[in-house]
Amino acid sequence: MTCRWALPVLVVIGFIFTVIIEKYQLFNGYTVFVLVTIGINIILCASLNLVNGYMGEFSVGHAGFMGLGAYAASILTVKIFPNVDTPVLFFCAVIAGGLVAAFIGFLLAILSFKTRGDYLAIITLAFLMIVKSSLENIHYVGGPRGLLGIHHLTTLPWTFFWVVVTLWVIRNLIYSKIGRAIIAIREDEIAANAMGVRTREAKIFAFATSSFFGGIAGALYAHQIQFINPSSFDILKSTEILVMVYLGGVGSLGGSILGAVVFTLLYRFLEQLTIGPGQLGSWHFGPWQLGTWRMVIMPLILVLLMLFRPRGIMGLREFAWFLPSRELLTRRKKE
Amino acid sequence: MSALLEIKAVTKRFGGLCAISDCSLAVQPGSTHGIIGPNGAGKTTLFNLITGIYKPTEGEILFKGASIAGDRPNHIALKGIGRTFQNIRLCKELTVLDNVRSAYDTQLHYSPLSALFQLPRVVRDEKQSIATCLELLKSFGLEEFANHRASDLAYGFQRRLEIARAIALKPDILLLDEPAAGLNSGETVKLMEFLRWVKENFKVTIVLIEHHMKMVMGLCDRITVLDFGATIADGTPAEIHSNQRVIDAYLGGDSDDE
Repeated sequence: MTCRWALPVLVVIGFIFTVIIEKYQLFNGYTVFVLVTIGINIILCASLNLVNGYMGEFSVGHAGFMGLGAYAASILTVKIFPNVDTPVLFFCAVIAGGLVAAFIGFLLAILSFKTRGDYLAIITLAFLMIVKSSLENIHYVGGPRGLLGIHHLTTLPWTFFWVVVTLWVIRNLIYSKIGRAIIAIREDEIAANAMGVRTREAKIFAFATSSFFGGIAGALYAHQIQFINPSSFDILKSTEILVMVYLGGVGSLGGSILGAVVFTLLYRFLEQLTIGPGQLGSWHFGPWQLGTWRMVIMPLILVLLMLFRPRGIMGLREFAWFLPSRELLTRRKKE
Repeated sequence: MSALLEIKAVTKRFGGLCAISDCSLAVQPGSTHGIIGPNGAGKTTLFNLITGIYKPTEGEILFKGASIAGDRPNHIALKGIGRTFQNIRLCKELTVLDNVRSAYDTQLHYSPLSALFQLPRVVRDEKQSIATCLELLKSFGLEEFANHRASDLAYGFQRRLEIARAIALKPDILLLDEPAAGLNSGETVKLMEFLRWVKENFKVTIVLIEHHMKMVMGLCDRITVLDFGATIADGTPAEIHSNQRVIDAYLGGDSDDE
């Protein structure tokens, strides 16, 4: 099948393209900033989708994992190796951010695997508050003022690289026995148990993987914004990620990409959108900065989405070119 | 011959309600064992106790001579007890093939970490799993629906898929909870043939909860009758048929339920 090798080729071309953009500064700073933000949001969205979409749980603590990753990576690059400025260090720092988040996610999953639905939501909410408040109380990382002096290391090629790695790994997970296990748990946990599915192991593993990429995204975010403080990773950040997941579609990687792209562009677009000044008859209006209203507009979109398309744009469906070839072969045979 | 599955003086209380009281039964390997009784007699509770969904309040459950009472449901399943449910429980959003695969996955032994990076072993195991499960679906006459969502199947096919899924686990014993529920008499006759074939082909012992007397009498080597959570009779179909207590408790009241 042609599309089998088309995707890797596309990825390589995309990567070369990002390198060229970075090197010759083809795009202005703002465009690159938005593109990197989209990338980070794709990672956040896809990883949260693993828990909220595929596993059917409701975690609101994803910003907490993001925060853990951001702080862990920044401590490495700012505090421990401040004078080393190599891509290798950055790579290791991002991995370290992911691992710290994954470890904490693993512990949290062990604690909470018995709970479902509302209860897991409350536990993850509590976790989020613990992370934020702990960071505020640790003076080593600047307390509530936050951590300054982070280098700008999150370039477009790095972001692209991590987006591809995230999507590839999560895709592999979903189309493996673990993926089928967590989907079976979502559909019917009692039946999953009766089929011998190792429900506890599958849940914990998927949750830790999701946290890992939350941490990766956090590490990239810190080195993009170059400043982090505990309140960057509060419930609002979690809400943003949730909006992306439910906008794009639960249980769909294509949906995660779509959700992150649409959300980020809409967010940036609304930020700059000004209405007026103008005149309607004798009525002079504006100028209105819609930017300050975006957190009214975005949730409103979410409400409409839940009413008319509760599973999101791509809910539970997937682009065929995302599936591993073995899955496609059986499909083709049938058609 | 030692029993494959043995329930010894099991009692299960839910608060003040005694769902199963001092129930005992033994299922011989290779047999088809029927469990009958009026509604609310505790038949499904008994299945839930065997498969670990409930823990017995008192008593012992032995499978292949080892105690399984209070074990986790998925561990019990892996030891070789497959089951179906009275109200069909399929993974509705998964395809027919993936329903069977998710049960067959317990036979795949690659590590979760290797799955993340899709190492060659994972690809090989998954390919083999697809082939095996398609083969299984074919023998169950479900191959043409392999890529349909399970919830799109007709009711009778869903029942069949549930049995196929239980078989994918490679169980020694298959617990069927009212497989004929909702079928007409023609379909029930077909189901009987089908169950005989399943038993023959996959070498499983079958325990069957059923209200269809014709089916139970026709299929089972041995029948246990429950009433109010207690065993009131145990014997061959002929013995049960002429047992006065059974007729009083159950058959006498609604033997004309067809």
